Amino acid sequence: MTAAYVTEPGAAPARAAVRSEDGTSPRERDTERRTVTAPDLITVHDLKMHFPVTEGALVPRVVAHVKAVDGISFTIRKGETLGLVGESGCGKTTTGRCILRLELATAGEILFDGNNLIELDRKSMNALRQKIQVIFQDPYSSLNPRMKIGEIIAEPMQVHRTEPDRAARAARVTELLRLCGLDPKFADRYPHEMSGGQRQRVGIARALSVRPEFIICDEAISALDVSIQAQIINLLEDLRDEFNLTYLFIAHDLSVVRHLCHRVAVMYLGKIVELAECDELYNNPMHPYTQALLAAVPVPDPEVERRRAHQIVKGEVPSPMNPPSGCVFHPRCRLAVEDCARAVPEFRELRLGHWVACSVI
Amino acid sequence: MTVAADVRTEIELPDRSETANWWSRVRQFVRRNPLGAAGAIVIIVMFIMAALADFIAPYNPVANAFDRLHQPPSLENWFGTDQFGRDVFSRIVYGARTALLVGFVSSFIGASIGLVLGVGSAYFGGRTDLIFQRILDVFMAFPLIIMALAVISIFGTGAQNVIIAITIPFIPRCARVVRSSALAIREMPYIDAARANGFSHSRIILRHMVPNVMAPFLIMITAFVGQAILLEASLSYLGLGVQEPTPAWGLMLQGGAEEYAESAPWIAIFPGIAISLAVFGFSLFGDAVRDELDPKLRSQ
Repeated sequence: MTAAYVTEPGAAPARAAVRSEDGTSPRERDTERRTVTAPDLITVHDLKMHFPVTEGALVPRVVAHVKAVDGISFTIRKGETLGLVGESGCGKTTTGRCILRLELATAGEILFDGNNLIELDRKSMNALRQKIQVIFQDPYSSLNPRMKIGEIIAEPMQVHRTEPDRAARAARVTELLRLCGLDPKFADRYPHEMSGGQRQRVGIARALSVRPEFIICDEAISALDVSIQAQIINLLEDLRDEFNLTYLFIAHDLSVVRHLCHRVAVMYLGKIVELAECDELYNNPMHPYTQALLAAVPVPDPEVERRRAHQIVKGEVPSPMNPPSGCVFHPRCRLAVEDCARAVPEFRELRLGHWVACSVI
Repeated sequence: MTVAADVRTEIELPDRSETANWWSRVRQFVRRNPLGAAGAIVIIVMFIMAALADFIAPYNPVANAFDRLHQPPSLENWFGTDQFGRDVFSRIVYGARTALLVGFVSSFIGASIGLVLGVGSAYFGGRTDLIFQRILDVFMAFPLIIMALAVISIFGTGAQNVIIAITIPFIPRCARVVRSSALAIREMPYIDAARANGFSHSRIILRHMVPNVMAPFLIMITAFVGQAILLEASLSYLGLGVQEPTPAWGLMLQGGAEEYAESAPWIAIFPGIAISLAVFGFSLFGDAVRDELDPKLRSQ
């Protein structure tokens, strides 16, 4: 139990932290390559997003705050994929929206290429938006139904003037549709003429159109059929390798995250409770919430599934309007001691690159 | 490209075939909505009358003929003549021009301004929206005709001012309806996608939101045209609208109704029928358009 507080909380591990185990999977080789030179691309420090709850129609009065995101910190290196997991309402999506500045964060800083995204004025932010793109969860509502596919993909290029003339944009649309596995003829179609998987490919093509460095995948695959999910995951993986993209992969499907991500952060009620290298987190979960979350993943063998010990978290998720004192997980935690209700646990690095917010373990 | 071929499943797409037959859609509309079709026929007849008035009308609508005052309907003058000897049928035919011009121009301009204001109000939201809606409330507090009368008393009479007077009370009515649709559109992820890409406010409003509230906009326009025709007739009847000798239905009522109601009722009856039919036609057609565009109301 060493609390080696030497780096920024949630920082990516240094070169030495890369596991020297039998690195057979491509991702592990990739991890090695990535951590040699890759600089930090985005650093989120103590990010808070509190939504005011108002009462009264004419003279609104703030009666409470929904603490959707309450002081989270993490770093993503260039070329790395960070998974952000947690149950519904834990603040994963809000985190993504704060980085995109669809919500203006209450406090904290988001450093991207040395710019604090929270303090930038609208003009400089819009210039940076070219580098930060997003893929949304619902492929049915993330494309404007009144625009043709070609227009949808070309519009960001037009606005950011990456391809100033029409012919170049049309050529790039064709290239992007091919890249995302779609027939270029789709450029003349409307979104309603396509299936969910095809639409999600269009969403990916739109995100890639302005050659971004960082893509936020906000539950990008959870609305798709399982068979389509696999295709889209593979597509995202190939695109990452081809263009050296950095992803923030927001999801609740733990097996998908394990497949795609280099590091994983687990969120609960607006806070990150555990952050570690992917395999480390899955093989050695330390936080009781992470343990329960992993234990909830069904085993694809009915015999084993029936016999294994199920670890069920008791109770409901408390309201983020009125979170529990101390450690937010303590009312549901199996390890909770008296002190948990008082002291907010420190986010400690218990092993190299393995951060846990729990004062008991 | 370093990508394995099996990942990028190329989806072959057949070329688009023109399946939607225009004529079959018209027949389907008539079968599903016979009342709307009747309204459409009235509108089409009005358009033909307005467009071909020079060929349809047997007489000059403004030429006085003092040898033939108050003639009852006959073979020469189908709907009779008025107190100046002008042919009532010819004046009704030419009056369709005034009615359609005022009706369409004012409802189109009014609804379009309302569309942009309503979508803008919904898009910016918060305090902007609140203040803007209260201003609209003030405008909405006046009944259509009172508002129009107020505008006329400021700008004066004449066809152009009548159009302005009818346009202004339509703006808040359309803005209100469009705003409620736009509020739902604003929360759609494709608007988030546009905002995340740093598109300008005007681009998001005009290219992403406005096209998606076209259905309520079209419904409002068709509903407004009938109201505008009625309003124009009312203003003209009160002597505040189109001025003599322009052929306009409301004006014909004014000239005929009071003095000649008993001695020459045809002077007032025929323009009255024309107004009723036109308003009826546009309301029926407007309802049909709403049914067609709003899938929730469509009964199969």
